[in-house]
Amino acid sequence: MQPVTGANALLERPAPVGLTILLTGVASDSHTWNLVFLQLLFEESGHRVVNLGPCVPPELLVDSCRAERPDLVVMSSVNGHGVPDGLRAVQALRRAADLAELPTVIGGKLGIAGVPGSAEVRQLVEAGFDAVFTDADGMQPLDAFLTTLAERTTLAGIEAS
Amino acid sequence: MTSTQPRPVLLTGSFGGYVRAAAAAGQLVVQPRMGMSAPAAMRAGLLATRDARAVTIGTITLDSYTRVGDHAAVADTLARGIDLNGYPIVHFAGDTNDALLDGLLGTGFPIQVRHGSAAPGAIFAAIGQAGLAASEGGPVSYCLPYGRTALTDSVRHWAAACETFASAAAGLEPHLETFGGCMMGQLCPPSLLVAISVLEAMFFRQHGIRSISLSYAQQTNAVQDQQAIAALRRLATELLPDVDWHVVLYTYMGVYPASPEGACILLEESARLAVRSGAERLIVKTVAEAHRIPTVAENVFALETAAAAAGDERSLSYPAVDDGEVYAEARALVAAVLDCSADLGRALRTAFAKGYLDVPYCLHPDNAGRSRSYLDSDGQLRWAVTGAMPIPGRRAERAGHRLSSANLLSWLTYVGRKFDSIAVAARLSRPELAGGASARPAPTPDQGLVPASRRSTFA
Repeated sequence: MQPVTGANALLERPAPVGLTILLTGVASDSHTWNLVFLQLLFEESGHRVVNLGPCVPPELLVDSCRAERPDLVVMSSVNGHGVPDGLRAVQALRRAADLAELPTVIGGKLGIAGVPGSAEVRQLVEAGFDAVFTDADGMQPLDAFLTTLAERTTLAGIEAS
Repeated sequence: MTSTQPRPVLLTGSFGGYVRAAAAAGQLVVQPRMGMSAPAAMRAGLLATRDARAVTIGTITLDSYTRVGDHAAVADTLARGIDLNGYPIVHFAGDTNDALLDGLLGTGFPIQVRHGSAAPGAIFAAIGQAGLAASEGGPVSYCLPYGRTALTDSVRHWAAACETFASAAAGLEPHLETFGGCMMGQLCPPSLLVAISVLEAMFFRQHGIRSISLSYAQQTNAVQDQQAIAALRRLATELLPDVDWHVVLYTYMGVYPASPEGACILLEESARLAVRSGAERLIVKTVAEAHRIPTVAENVFALETAAAAAGDERSLSYPAVDDGEVYAEARALVAAVLDCSADLGRALRTAFAKGYLDVPYCLHPDNAGRSRSYLDSDGQLRWAVTGAMPIPGRRAERAGHRLSSANLLSWLTYVGRKFDSIAVAARLSRPELAGGASARPAPTPDQGLVPASRRSTFA
């Protein structure tokens, strides 16, 4: 198991504005094209991305959140184990006092059958996710979430200064 | 295409010898990716593979808990009555594995164990104990793309496992296949795939293995793929003089056509590529693979479809393709690594640390992550940025070649879309071919096994 050694931007000059997003796979998922695609999408919108890559256990996620202080955690899962793995990951974040409020979302192909049922979505939200994006939704809801969060983060920064 | 030649029956248990004999007889060996949780289902799959109308090798693909060494999770999952996504050969070591293979060992039907582990010691021990002698992987290809194991640890594990494997198989010839020609599944330019495949073969050889296959996965352009396999063969000839080697081609591993016809035509295309390029063995993909774990009947259909297409292709004449720039680039990459150290494991570690090998879009912390590839307008994979690798990049000038989320998505789905279009065109122009060129209907998931009584001939 290796620590994160730093973020490699995929785009040559990602705009230095916007959110710092910690992008991560879940513990049992070895897929990476979904993570590469999302990193590009976020960088194109001017966000800075720390991509933890695949197979991230909850402890590594907690350590990385403390090291990187992201504005948002985005978990992506496509191997069908997104619900149990996502639950364990978000529970680890919410147990940590300093990370309990950190905005955290999950999306992808979450259930074995593809789209998770409403009970599973509710379970994920109750465990601490701020939003759940299913495969059927497309990218628009995540995009809207990011825009809202970026505006809120900018406002908070102005008020704090 | 029909033939009355019998399957080569080899009593030596030599995987490499079986493939060599088939090649000498002008037959492509075809093999599934099959792996079932339950021993009875796994055995049925092996028997159906053996009895398919094709020259076949059996496959036991392991589950992902065994892959990561979580044998407690195997026991726990099975105790709860839940199927794994492959066969847990370590958990079933002993009587269960013996029963699985009862009557199959020593009959001239080779079986390969496929796993994906960066720490394969326990798996190799179970393979040897079961009386099998063929597996696959490699210190780079089973490490970088899929997980978080450090490359240093993977190299150490693989060196030890190779040496155990080389000495343990009593009366059998241990055989290992490199998975390096399949890195990332898609969008890795062929020269790097060829280089890693050759380097992993040299690593196996350095650790005592003398029968080796070198993999290459079908990419986005048939001419470029043919150049790549020619380059792979030329480098293997130059660098593995005292090894019994052959080339194994993988049917496209990226995003697959959505239509069954498109999937079938892509599979046939890979079999034709294997024949044109002289690859001796083909790992097939089923129509269902993209959606779920395929049934035995779907696997048999894929094997027979590929074998039929290969037979058709062999009756044609086709111009030889030179190895072009793929050879020059792959040779430069291999030379840069060999310059790092006489010890292949150390050389591979140094080469990745310095970025002499740099897999595009690979997120592993031990990969430099500076290289970028793109899909050219002619469907060939190109280097845009090569970082510290000793090969030239060419800055992508066209908008469609620059890295963006939209372009990446279009590159990842290019082959799937292309073969779906071909299927539509074929359906419009020749409706009688609407099941793929073989004009045989694909089995539906609920369809049972085809009768296994047809003891295979060279169909």
